[in-house]
Amino acid sequence: MRTPADIIAGILARNPRAVGRAISLVENGDPRAGEILAALEDSRVAAATILGITGPGGAGKSTLTGQLIGHYRALGRRIGVVAVDPSSPISGGALLGDRVRMMAHATDENVVVRSMATRGRIGGLCAAAGAAVRIMALAGCDPVIIETVGVGQAEIDVVRLADLTALVMAPGLGDDIQAMKAGLVELADILVVNKGDHPAAEALMLEMTPVARERGRALVRTVATEGKGIAELADTATALAAAQRASGEQARRRQRNREAEAVDWAVELLRPAIRAAIHSAGPGCDPRATARAALADLLGRPSESLPTLSEAAFKPIIPISPIVESVEAAHGCCSATHA
Amino acid sequence: MTTRPFRVLIGKPGLDGHDRGAKFVSRALRDAGFEVVYTGIRRTPEEIAAAAVQEDVDAVGLSLLSGAHNELFPAVIAALEKAGGGDIPVFGGGVIPAEDIPGLKRAGIRSVFTPGTPVKDIIASVTALCQAQAAKV
Repeated sequence: MRTPADIIAGILARNPRAVGRAISLVENGDPRAGEILAALEDSRVAAATILGITGPGGAGKSTLTGQLIGHYRALGRRIGVVAVDPSSPISGGALLGDRVRMMAHATDENVVVRSMATRGRIGGLCAAAGAAVRIMALAGCDPVIIETVGVGQAEIDVVRLADLTALVMAPGLGDDIQAMKAGLVELADILVVNKGDHPAAEALMLEMTPVARERGRALVRTVATEGKGIAELADTATALAAAQRASGEQARRRQRNREAEAVDWAVELLRPAIRAAIHSAGPGCDPRATARAALADLLGRPSESLPTLSEAAFKPIIPISPIVESVEAAHGCCSATHA
Repeated sequence: MTTRPFRVLIGKPGLDGHDRGAKFVSRALRDAGFEVVYTGIRRTPEEIAAAAVQEDVDAVGLSLLSGAHNELFPAVIAALEKAGGGDIPVFGGGVIPAEDIPGLKRAGIRSVFTPGTPVKDIIASVTALCQAQAAKV
């Protein structure tokens, strides 16, 4: 199984070795990866639902994912899981431990699990996560779950990869100001309060209720270790996915996400050349001017033709999905705050 | 020559729950730049083999302190063959009497690490196994 054609045939035949090898080739930037990626333009990939699971370390993402596997298997679905853990910035190594909580399904050939390391990415995923998800979908998995590293507040890569994102929270990790902050909590489609049997879970539910209501998001309470709330979570995801598909939102998101992924890759590809140019020029006393000069040189354009830094500045992404008409409509007339 | 990190699965077949050695080796390999898929304690040979194939690892490391290594280490090799991963090299460690090591090697276990093995020797040996495996792809 060395040629791309063999590997693609193996993926379609649901051969686990072929699926594993294909993901490795993409992850390692093997020259054979291109042909494999080209095979991913497929109706199976378009049809599969990609469900993102994110949240802080220790919130219960892996345990919840393990329970979701059991739920979907009971429904007869073939399921894929891409579980990402951090690479060490020091050694480059990683300890990929998410499987420990999913081993109940280890010998089930309809549960495809791949553990991946971030390999330097900082947004909560690895660069090859998107390809891994699509390879699993081509191998007949639907849904495919992508579980991020333990995140803080702003690692939003998963939102740009998944059709739906569930943010898993656990009680006791912070006060109500956490629920007001910008970032992931605004973008997740489903807010999950896990460890729902904890004494402080009620308070977290109360904090998250207006957050969910203001943005028209779902809020689900789970006890992943006992399997409680799993069916409700899965049903919520299924209903949202169907609605997104029907409204065309899923196609829009995927189009936008693919564009964002291409931008990421372009920047990655440019990075070594930029680094070399700046290293040879020296940082100068104004790093911004150095950056402009280096980029102008690389692109073969006069530096006046480059955008100014204020033009290139951070632009918020468009709203992920239609947000309720107005904050007042969702939340009454009082205590409304506009973003 | 490849510059990617090597991927190694570390698992404990059988019933003993003493995972200190497995975790020690996992951390040592992580610190040496390996991506270590850790599968935890009390796994069947079939579970370890299925995980190794799905994860496309370059090598599988087994840790066992119960004395059942003569049965379980070869059982993992058989399970790997059945799962389509018969080419993946397997190494092992634990409380293994010296007289058992030749038999394990004959059964296909590529390296055996007993208590007191310097960690740099383990890393060097696993690196060599992974390099040979990666060259085949």
